[in-house]
Amino acid sequence: MTSKSLMIKSYVHIRNNKIFRNGKEIFALESGLETDFLKQAYKKLKLNYPKFHKMDGLSKLGILATAVLIGEETVDPTTALVVSNSNSSLDTDLKHFESMKNIVSPAIFVYTLPNIVMGEISIKYKLQSENTFFISNDFNGHLLKDYSEILMNSARAAAVVSGWIDLKNEEYDVFLCLIDEKGNIPFSAEKLEQLYRFENE
Amino acid sequence: MKGIYLLDDAIISPLGFTTEENLQAVRNERTGLTNHKNTFFPAEGFYAGIIDKSKLASAFKKLADPAGFTKLEQMIILAVHNVLRQHPETDLGSTGLIISTTKGNIDLLGSNSFPEERVLLGELGKVIRDFFGFAQDPIIVSNACISGGLALAIAKRFIEAGKFTQAIVVGGDLVSDFVVSGFQSFQAISPAPCKPFSKNRDGISLGEAAAAIMLSKDPANTNNIQLIGEASANDANHISGPSRTGEGLFKSIRAALLQADVSANDIDYISAHGTATLFNDEMEAIAFTRSGLQQVPTNSFKGWYGHTLGASALLETILTKHSLLNNELFSSLNFDELGTSEKINIIKKPEKKKLTYALKTASGFGGCNLALILKKGVDD
Repeated sequence: MTSKSLMIKSYVHIRNNKIFRNGKEIFALESGLETDFLKQAYKKLKLNYPKFHKMDGLSKLGILATAVLIGEETVDPTTALVVSNSNSSLDTDLKHFESMKNIVSPAIFVYTLPNIVMGEISIKYKLQSENTFFISNDFNGHLLKDYSEILMNSARAAAVVSGWIDLKNEEYDVFLCLIDEKGNIPFSAEKLEQLYRFENE
Repeated sequence: MKGIYLLDDAIISPLGFTTEENLQAVRNERTGLTNHKNTFFPAEGFYAGIIDKSKLASAFKKLADPAGFTKLEQMIILAVHNVLRQHPETDLGSTGLIISTTKGNIDLLGSNSFPEERVLLGELGKVIRDFFGFAQDPIIVSNACISGGLALAIAKRFIEAGKFTQAIVVGGDLVSDFVVSGFQSFQAISPAPCKPFSKNRDGISLGEAAAAIMLSKDPANTNNIQLIGEASANDANHISGPSRTGEGLFKSIRAALLQADVSANDIDYISAHGTATLFNDEMEAIAFTRSGLQQVPTNSFKGWYGHTLGASALLETILTKHSLLNNELFSSLNFDELGTSEKINIIKKPEKKKLTYALKTASGFGGCNLALILKKGVDD
């Protein structure tokens, strides 16, 4: 295993009806008649990806976040996905659970796994790469840093999209970063924790 | 690259609460799949591998009051306990704990027998950690049906990177109405016990189990099996169906073989995922053929256990470990006539055969695939 010097190339937050790229606000939901943040963000980012509308909330958040993170850049096909959260797929689990009283839909059931968001991201960016979904009660910078570093140092992945995509009852919290050999921010567990805790004014 | 060692293990399933009981049942072709009443199969019931609650509770009673723990927690704790019992010297301060599950305590939704947050996988992790007194927080992996095997790969990666010298990997999942109703909505559940790779296969059977194993960078005195290669790749094709070309599984197998530095010709046995859905088994046959593994004796354990979801790849790796140790190939239960377009070699009768290398595979929703390479013996 070689030890590469790894950097954070870019990062994204989605919180409180706002999207930030590298700490700068790029979208905020205008208060008004339209309250569907995810749909408005999709329009604003001009995603043109109709499958988006069929996804559950967790996958929509993941697609929005990676669109901001990766943008029009080409990503190496071995870019791994290392995502975590505390609520797993609970938001959709509750919808499936409610539907069990009436008619159960396979289109909902398929989203009752947290790793589906990584499947959606893999499809969109054609990433036939390593995917791992970790669950922890709180953001765990050490786990994400250690595992991402292992994947890159052992040449299993050329880059890693890593972070946190959590959703429960309309409350969401997204932080993803692109870890690469190029970039300006030195990659460490402390830096991940610090960036995750970033608070907008 | 050196491998890591698969030491003592435990299986809690409808076929028994020790690995030996489970092996004996598999040897005797005694299935854990039986007919159960279920609201989603009002007329005829359905076949599943379900652990008897009162049997479980009476086994668990020796450790603690069953009333304080969910069914899944009891299964997982028993499995970890059975491993630790064989390793009384274990230092819980430095031993890693890796937990794999897809749905955890999902049966608690809508019930008020435990606090609401107990449904969270992080809480499940806390219960297991605190029961035994592990110093480190557990690593919890929830990656659909490859979770149990991916947890082994993760353990290997962390051990190789020097993050710990040994780890217990435990996986568990339940047969819940939540999961039954979902798979039923896909019309993916067979009305009869599942028939992996067979012409007349018509869907999965579900099962529940917990399995645990101690992994170490150092070998035991005897009976060593190593994990020498592991890789995972996404199909990037579809979230609820496998790739038609088996691309992700093919890539996983190729990368795992490369890492293990063995060729397809060296593989003596394949423990396939073999869920008995039309698409999964067909995809696997294609991926094995593309990998040059068409002739290798292959089975699926789903005919005994059903699909145990986040436990399955771990449970089946443990069975594979014992196949290698005992030079024993188990049949693929309920197999009748080959039903895949590629002619792969499904094991019809149990057989004694000298075995050195085995491949374990798994695939799951979200397009994920996994391959593990096991090897008997210790490297010089």
